[in-house]
Amino acid sequence: MTLVRGLVTRPWRFAAEACALLVAVVVAFPLYWMVLGAFKPAGEIRSSEPRPWTLAPSLDSFRRVFGQQEFGRYFLNSLVVAGAVVIASGVIAFLAATAVTRFRFRFRTTLLIMFLVAQMVPVEALTIPLFFLMRDFGQLNTLGSLILPHIAFSLPFAIWMLRGFVKAVPEALEEAAYLDGASRTRFLWQILFPLVLPGLVATSVFSFISAWNDFLFAKSFIISDTSQSTLPMALLVFYKPDDPDWGGVMAGSTVMTIPVLVFFVLVQRRLVSGLGGAVKD
Amino acid sequence: MTPNSPGVEVRGRPPAGRGRSRPRGDSRTSDAAPRPRAGRGGRRQTVPWLYLAPALVVLAALLAYPVYQLGLISLFRYTQAQVSGGEPTAFRGFGNYADVFSDDQFWQVLLSTVVFAAACVVSTLAVGCALAVLLTRVRAVPRLALMLAAMGAWATPAVTGSTVWLFLFDPDFGPVNRLLGLGDHSWTYGRFSAFFLVLLEVVWCSFPFVMVTVYAGIRSVPSEVLEAAALDGASQWRIWRSVLAPMLRPILVVVTIQSVIWDFKVFTQIYVMTNGGGIAGQNLVLNVYAYQQAFASSQYGLGSAIGVVMLLILLAVTLVYLRLLRRQGEEL
Repeated sequence: MTLVRGLVTRPWRFAAEACALLVAVVVAFPLYWMVLGAFKPAGEIRSSEPRPWTLAPSLDSFRRVFGQQEFGRYFLNSLVVAGAVVIASGVIAFLAATAVTRFRFRFRTTLLIMFLVAQMVPVEALTIPLFFLMRDFGQLNTLGSLILPHIAFSLPFAIWMLRGFVKAVPEALEEAAYLDGASRTRFLWQILFPLVLPGLVATSVFSFISAWNDFLFAKSFIISDTSQSTLPMALLVFYKPDDPDWGGVMAGSTVMTIPVLVFFVLVQRRLVSGLGGAVKD
Repeated sequence: MTPNSPGVEVRGRPPAGRGRSRPRGDSRTSDAAPRPRAGRGGRRQTVPWLYLAPALVVLAALLAYPVYQLGLISLFRYTQAQVSGGEPTAFRGFGNYADVFSDDQFWQVLLSTVVFAAACVVSTLAVGCALAVLLTRVRAVPRLALMLAAMGAWATPAVTGSTVWLFLFDPDFGPVNRLLGLGDHSWTYGRFSAFFLVLLEVVWCSFPFVMVTVYAGIRSVPSEVLEAAALDGASQWRIWRSVLAPMLRPILVVVTIQSVIWDFKVFTQIYVMTNGGGIAGQNLVLNVYAYQQAFASSQYGLGSAIGVVMLLILLAVTLVYLRLLRRQGEEL
């Protein structure tokens, strides 16, 4: 689809397409270099003439990563945190989005504005009070100290984005369900929820990313029990600014990036439509 | 349509519905008078609040309360001595703020933050919008290639993106210096080149959001409008400026604000790429500065005061945003 079909002359289009492909290559290059670095043998990675290919791919770096410091455990911790955040914030946001789209009630607009303002809060600035909150509830050095704040921080945007998906479900469907004697609870979970689920999955990408990427909270709240650490912390074990183990860092980065990439590829089309919806109205 | 709006029934009697009735899972009481528009307004006011309850509880406990606490801590002398209980907490009023504002480093960091965030926002928007327009001009294969590459950059976690870019620009083993013939020039040594390197990474991982959103917006503009403009002899630039830009304004406002918020509080990239704020703190931004004050120097009161300043700046941006939306007559 061109901006105006048939009005873009051929040489221009070739130029545009060459340009797009070139940009794609440049944008993808860091990821290519990351994967390549993960497979390069130690000698090649420390060569001062880096080549954009490797003749002797090795799994040494991956072995080092998985062999050292319970990397598997950190991976699992990260998965538990991200999974818990995605499920909890998804369900809670679904209920809230239903309330603000399918009901009219007092303070509805006020609430919507509050959800919007809540997105603007620099959550990193809350590290200090959260640190004391977690300490007082005995949650320091637990995965809970990472899960709970991220549920709260991903809610406002999730509610905002889900509105469009809930709105898209026709009112007539709801009427029909009630006429057939379905209870409100039953309509909510057995009819509305499955219909909104694809949109919920697209929305959850954002909750997943925020939890999966968390670095500051892990750094601040997991202070003495490293068995509760998450991937970003583990990755930095390999990255010592004076003498980084680049192979280990690249292998760890690759392992850490793959789950998010898979998630993205699965939901990319809905993500585009969901963003359009969240932004448009 | 029946005259009965859904959800309206007399207690104990099944709702009218083609002679069938099912055992009911809940016992709702009858509602106000039916309204012409089914499913709106005629429902009990308590139901939406029940649905909202979990969200409101979580937000109150983990967002609103910490914000209040942040403000409170910022008014007290709160250092390691108070945390361990060695000294009682002392109320300082705005003493922490006076300390922060009288510190030259704070003003320098504030300036860096504003300039750095502004540079990131402008670059991200320029790249994102330009590529969104480019996406509309190409056929499926190049479009898919660019989309996938962008999704890859978007999906990359901040920590891994930071380390990968450091590796690319590594003075000894990185390909970029070889390509540009810079020898072993260190990018993280100079203040500006370190900021520039972080900026490149930030733009790389945040332009996809802008590109995808703006592209979705352009796609939603009816093609008749564009064709009409083209037939009237408008140039491509003119079409963009006079037709597309006004139609896309709400979207542009949103992506701008999101970028401002996001870039103003960049933490991970600065922390990882400049090793905690650069040589002698030359690459500190407010977020990292607040963190260092609180957790590295145990000056929790001071750190909280800096946090409050950040909060207020972003709140001001939000208000401007809301006013812009209002002026456009957006309906929430």
